[in-house]
Amino acid sequence: MRTPNLGRRTALTVSWAAALSLLTGCGAADMTRQASPFANARGTRTVTLSVQSWVGAQSNVAVARYLLEHRLGYRVDTVQVDEVPAWDALSQGRVDAILEDWGHPDQEKRYVDDKRTIVRGGGLGVTGHIGWYVPAYLAEQHPDITDWRNLDRYASLFRTPESGGKGQLMDGSPSYVTNDKALVANLKLNYQVVFAGSEAAQITQMKQFAKERKPFLTYWYTPQWLSGEVPMTEVKLPPYREGCDADAAKVACAYPHTPLQKYLNAGFAENGGEAAAFLKRFRWTTEDQNEVSLMIADQKLTPAEAAEKWVAGHESTWKAWLS
Amino acid sequence: MATVTAAAPRGVLPGLLRNRAARKIVLVVIAAAVLVPLAEARWAGGSWPGALTVDVSKPLAGVGDWVIDNRDSHPLFLYFFGHISNAVVLSVRAVYLTLLAGGWAGVTALGALVAWRVAGVRLALGTAAAFLVCGVLGMWVPTMQTLALMVVAVLASVVVGVLLGLAAGLSDRLDRALRPVLDTMQVLPAFAYLLPVVLVFGIGVPAAVLATVVYAAPPMARLTALGLRGADPEVLEAVESLGATGRQRLLTARIPLARKELLLGLNQTIMMALSMAVIASVIGAGGLGDRVYQALASVDVGAALAAGIPIVLLAVVLDRVTAAAGAGEQHGGAVRWAYAGAAGVAVALAARLLGRPDWPASWTLDMAGPVDRAVDWMTAHLYSGVPYLGGTADWAGRFTTWVLDPLRDGLQWLPWWSVLLIVATLAWLIGTWRTALTAVLAMAATGVLGVWKPSLDTLSQVLAAVAVTLVLGFAAGVAAARSDRFARALRPVLDVFQTLPQFVYLIPVVALFGVGRAPAVAAAVVYALPAVVRITAQGLRQVDPAALESARSLGATGRQQLWQVQLPLARRSLLLAVNQGVVLVLAVVIIGGLVGGGALGYDVVFGLAQGDLATGLVAGAAIVCLGLVLDRVTQPTERRATKGA
Repeated sequence: MRTPNLGRRTALTVSWAAALSLLTGCGAADMTRQASPFANARGTRTVTLSVQSWVGAQSNVAVARYLLEHRLGYRVDTVQVDEVPAWDALSQGRVDAILEDWGHPDQEKRYVDDKRTIVRGGGLGVTGHIGWYVPAYLAEQHPDITDWRNLDRYASLFRTPESGGKGQLMDGSPSYVTNDKALVANLKLNYQVVFAGSEAAQITQMKQFAKERKPFLTYWYTPQWLSGEVPMTEVKLPPYREGCDADAAKVACAYPHTPLQKYLNAGFAENGGEAAAFLKRFRWTTEDQNEVSLMIADQKLTPAEAAEKWVAGHESTWKAWLS
Repeated sequence: MATVTAAAPRGVLPGLLRNRAARKIVLVVIAAAVLVPLAEARWAGGSWPGALTVDVSKPLAGVGDWVIDNRDSHPLFLYFFGHISNAVVLSVRAVYLTLLAGGWAGVTALGALVAWRVAGVRLALGTAAAFLVCGVLGMWVPTMQTLALMVVAVLASVVVGVLLGLAAGLSDRLDRALRPVLDTMQVLPAFAYLLPVVLVFGIGVPAAVLATVVYAAPPMARLTALGLRGADPEVLEAVESLGATGRQRLLTARIPLARKELLLGLNQTIMMALSMAVIASVIGAGGLGDRVYQALASVDVGAALAAGIPIVLLAVVLDRVTAAAGAGEQHGGAVRWAYAGAAGVAVALAARLLGRPDWPASWTLDMAGPVDRAVDWMTAHLYSGVPYLGGTADWAGRFTTWVLDPLRDGLQWLPWWSVLLIVATLAWLIGTWRTALTAVLAMAATGVLGVWKPSLDTLSQVLAAVAVTLVLGFAAGVAAARSDRFARALRPVLDVFQTLPQFVYLIPVVALFGVGRAPAVAAAVVYALPAVVRITAQGLRQVDPAALESARSLGATGRQQLWQVQLPLARRSLLLAVNQGVVLVLAVVIIGGLVGGGALGYDVVFGLAQGDLATGLVAGAAIVCLGLVLDRVTQPTERRATKGA
């Protein structure tokens, strides 16, 4: 009964490999150019943009997408990717542009300076800042809570089942830049960093806390649409000095203010025509971005509707990107 | 979905088992008496000894850097992975373009006609309705993207699965060699191995398709082998006596005889591939999964549901149609098939000539608003301050403090060798010495990798979730087995829970239970419950009617029948339900890293998000080990015996 038939299986493997190379053209396959299979369907010109999980990044993409589609006649695909993998995808050409980067020196060195597969696309015009925040209603009750030196006295306010008897400092997505564990250790605070694991989870929890006006302390950043709905006050940490965050384990200072940057795939920047030129000129303000973000996240407009609304009211801003 | 369908033979004498069990316990105690003092003398202390860990983070980071630096130049990538990647992209693109060219009318018509030929009028109408709903929800293009991805992934899984299955079905030696490989592939939570695939192929469709194949091929392989081995020996003998060669025997007798198993394998593979479509969105697969994932970023449950419903519909339609094909109700002649195909093409062309290939934007319905309002209302009223009961937040807090914390602290407090002993004893009592050995080695591996504590944290969440799942699942399963009406009402609910992407309910569970381990456990329970309910109900219904009849004639009450006849006779099904529950719970507890579950799940998310191979892969490997431990500890010996038989 036993028929090993090794010969046939080898033949199968060989023919499979042959079919593969027929399909793809013989010779070397270029892993640096790997477009999405959904791009350029039916001869349309396509731009693929990477979207990160926070809503500000969605706003950039929504407006860029709207203008690319309605003014320049492109079809826009979006891919949701975390920050670091987005760099990798950008380098391979799976996406054409990142519109909002919060500073990744390692990636910049690897892809922009050494491999030259990614080029800088200029500033976005928005300045980002990370910090620790408490809700405004809590800061009103306890004005001195906004200094890190007083945090320990209030630790019991922030206790939750997950924080193991200490105060809870809630962190969000693991993809975000954070020194919080080192900060808690180096500032000798009686706090436990609890990772919500995603921004969505973090926001949901913050909203629930705010609805009941419960105290909470969280890693948060600006610009962020939620700040319009749940007003928050930043907690002062020891001031930021150039280089004080150089050693990740020894950080004991606040986060810097980061002008956010755009990056383009090198091939796209060169051959992307109107779309590439447009994305390089794309530059707006924090207020502009927040306006769109609030429409998306709070008024529950789709990103496309929000972008349409913003575009209708800010012709002078985007006209400059198109010329 | 992930149910194992091999029927188990009956007949282990309980007395013998008890004796064997006692013998095993005595042996374990003797081994412990010898080994524990030795271990304690060398590596004292409760937690895993530092001397026995191997730091793999440095070499792993090195591998990661090597791949990134050589991806554009090394022959391995240029001539091997590059071609695979291109082939996947080209095939997905070809299917996608075909689907777009068919237009919504053509695809709907063709889908309905195929369903009609295979499974009859009712399913044809259902299929058409399902496609139209995808369009109405504004999800036509993403649905086609997912469908294109699925077609390629399922085809690849079927090819791989059938080849492996042929090998295992025809050669005993290959069967023995492949069995642990397939076992492992099935126990792996998909989330754990996304990272290495991404590293080699980058974000996007090729990585997603390959990850899906790893996940979806094993059931096909397993059922192919089962079908080949189960072929009626008399028929085979008859064919042989006619002087057929080995190849002829295979093609004319064994494969046609295994048709039922092959189609069941296809069915299982499609279901697994669909459930992977969403998880793969984390690595940029696009399509419906990506819509679900993006909707979550703006905490928009309604939009996530709008993208999740087409997935559920696709799953239900594909499940019913392939199941009907397996049952072989309608055998269409070639002529009828040709008519059906021609009709589909005609509709596509007609729609095209009318200039309506794309789904009209005005025909869409926005369901995000109402759903979000419903979720808001629910969470606003249940989160806290429900009179007498407290809110869901309080329950979650209590569950964390009273159940999860003691369980985790207890496990972490136990000396490391005692954990190994417990694992060994449990695995040996329920399985063979081989399963026990695998389980112990896998458990020890988590310690060697240096993630003993987070592994036990994850284990505590799994145990808590499994306990809740089993209590609810057995109760619902018993009810469904005793009442046809309840079973009918339950079926669509189970379908939805089983196929709805887990990402859709991650946000509602956070809104109800807050951030932490409790929502992770809740999500896991929701996901694992349907399989447990189904297997329990099926097992109870299959209990020999004669046994029940005689119990009834002896005047047993309903309760006595259940406890003294049905449950003991369905023991094997119940064990299988436990086993499936454990594996499914583990898969979701890991995803719970996204809602504050921490432990290994968080490390995997962190590794994916930061491209940190060291953290991500070690956590992934530890999850795989935990999966093996849990599977072996709950795996009845009988199930192993039937797999290849």
